Formats: sequence, C-alpha cells, structure tokens
Amino acid sequence: MNMRQGGTGEWVLLSYRLPREPSTPRIGIWRKLRRLGVAQLSDGLVALPADARTREQLEWIADEVIEAGGTAGIWLAHPSTSAQEQRLAASMAAARAAEYAAVTEQAALASGQDEATRHSTARRLRAELRRIGRRDYFPPPQRRTAHLAVDALIAPGVAGKETKERQR
Amino acid sequence: MKWGTRAGVHIDRAACAWLIRRHIDPDAEFVFVGDPAELPNDATGFDLRGVALSHHGGDCSFETILRTYELTDPVLQRIAQIVHEADLDDERYEAPEAPGLDVILRGLSMICDDHRTLQITGPIFDGLYEFYRRELLLGREPA
Repeated sequence: MNMRQGGTGEWVLLSYRLPREPSTPRIGIWRKLRRLGVAQLSDGLVALPADARTREQLEWIADEVIEAGGTAGIWLAHPSTSAQEQRLAASMAAARAAEYAAVTEQAALASGQDEATRHSTARRLRAELRRIGRRDYFPPPQRRTAHLAVDALIAPGVAGKETKERQR
Repeated sequence: MKWGTRAGVHIDRAACAWLIRRHIDPDAEFVFVGDPAELPNDATGFDLRGVALSHHGGDCSFETILRTYELTDPVLQRIAQIVHEADLDDERYEAPEAPGLDVILRGLSMICDDHRTLQITGPIFDGLYEFYRRELLLGREPA
C-alpha cells in the first residue's frame, strides 16, 4: 500500500449505481466484487487497498457497470484517521478469517477419512485457499492454521511441523 | 502502425502486444500511457479503459482482439484461455499454467520497463505457441 508520511495508506474506491432491473448484471458485478474481497463502505461504495492490480480490477468493473447502463467512478483516497483505516482493515481481516476457519473445519472433518478422500479434499481445499489468498490483503492468524490443516491431510503428522510449513 | 496501452504491463497487455506483432501488425510500435487521455491520436488503444480492444462481456483484451480480428487459430484460442485465467482468475477455463505465467509477468514488471518486458515476453509467448501447436497436432503433451 502506498503510505503518506505519518498518515494512512492509499485506497481505491469504486462508487457505482446500477438500474434495479435487469438483475443479472447486478448479480454478476456483486459476485465479482465479492471475489475481490472488497470492503463495503456503504450502498454502491466499495474499497480495496490501492495497488496497480486492485485499481485495474475495479476499473474493469466500473466499465462493466457503465456498459450495463449504470454509472460508476474510481477514486483514490486516504482514510483521514488511522483508526478509521484500522477498522476497515480489521473488518476485511475478519471476513477472511471466517473463510479460513471454514476451510480448517472442512479439513478437520476429512482428517479421519481414508487416504483417497483426504487427498481429494485437500485438492479442493487448496483451490479454495488460493481463492481466499487472492483477496486476503490483511492476513489473519487463521490463514496459517488453515494451510497447516490442509497440508496435514496429505502428510498427517508431518505437515504440522514448523519445518514443513510453506511460507506464503 | 502505432498501438497504445496502459503503462505497467502485466499478462493481458504483454500477450496482446505479442499477438499484435505476430498476427496483426509486424511493424507494430508500442506506446505506454498513464491515463487513457494521453493516448496519441494516431495510436490504436488496447487494454485501456474506454477503447474497443479491451475487456468486454467478461472477456479479457486478448480475447477481444482475437474476436475483433477474426483470428480463429485454435492454438491462439488455447493461449487465450491461459491469458484469461492469468488475468481474471474466474475459473471459466481449466488453465493450470495461468498462476505461474501471472507471477512471472508480475515479477518482470517489478524489474523491467514496459519495452523490456515486451522484449522478454515475446519469445515466451512464441514458445508457448509452439508447445500448444505441437500438443494440438499430437493430441497429447509434446516432449
């Protein structure tokens, strides 16, 4: 994140408004925003920490909103206080933490199963971890727990050791 | 001809530039702009907000260029799937190569300027093209 001296980081905001009907573009855009892990600031206003990629991704969505007959704008902004920024980051971290916890729970359920089931579950959960990782801007501690739980499905008793942990 | 795109090229723009030079305009000259308004009048824009050769209907710019120029080569279609997944990661296609290609491009963009990135990625896409051409002919992975 780009930091201002003594201040807060830079965020990219998408403000958008879409016609209520048809609902298909609304749903498609909502799914894309969810996939990106945006923080919802208010109705029609979402935010991500600014970098070249997040900005580009929100710009494409802005164009999609406009193509669907709506209006959209992209803004670069700094929260005016660090407390406000911390609340935003904490809410995003909490959303990811819940997703990681769900993965850990599914891994725990599969851990008593036969090898074939454990391996196929691990493959599915690794894909899910990759998806979550791509929208994880403020990694919570649950991330490590989830990765260890999934690795343990492939190599029980080994993956849990510190030495085997992959640094992500 | 002159072609223009956003500065800081990543996978979609690098692949588009290769596609343009190899299959559309061998003498293509590329300019990189920070803002769509800076696009020179005599340049065709791509992967840039508000131009025709850009993201449309869930497609990345590489796919839009293939469609616009009616490039139906199945090898290019295969590369388009990889570029799509590397750029958009929406799981529309099965392309396990995509995350690897994406990090290579992101890493290059950290150490190279845009012209240098295109110099390096040209042979990478030539190699990918040859690999998938042989795969298509053989019906299995080539050696």
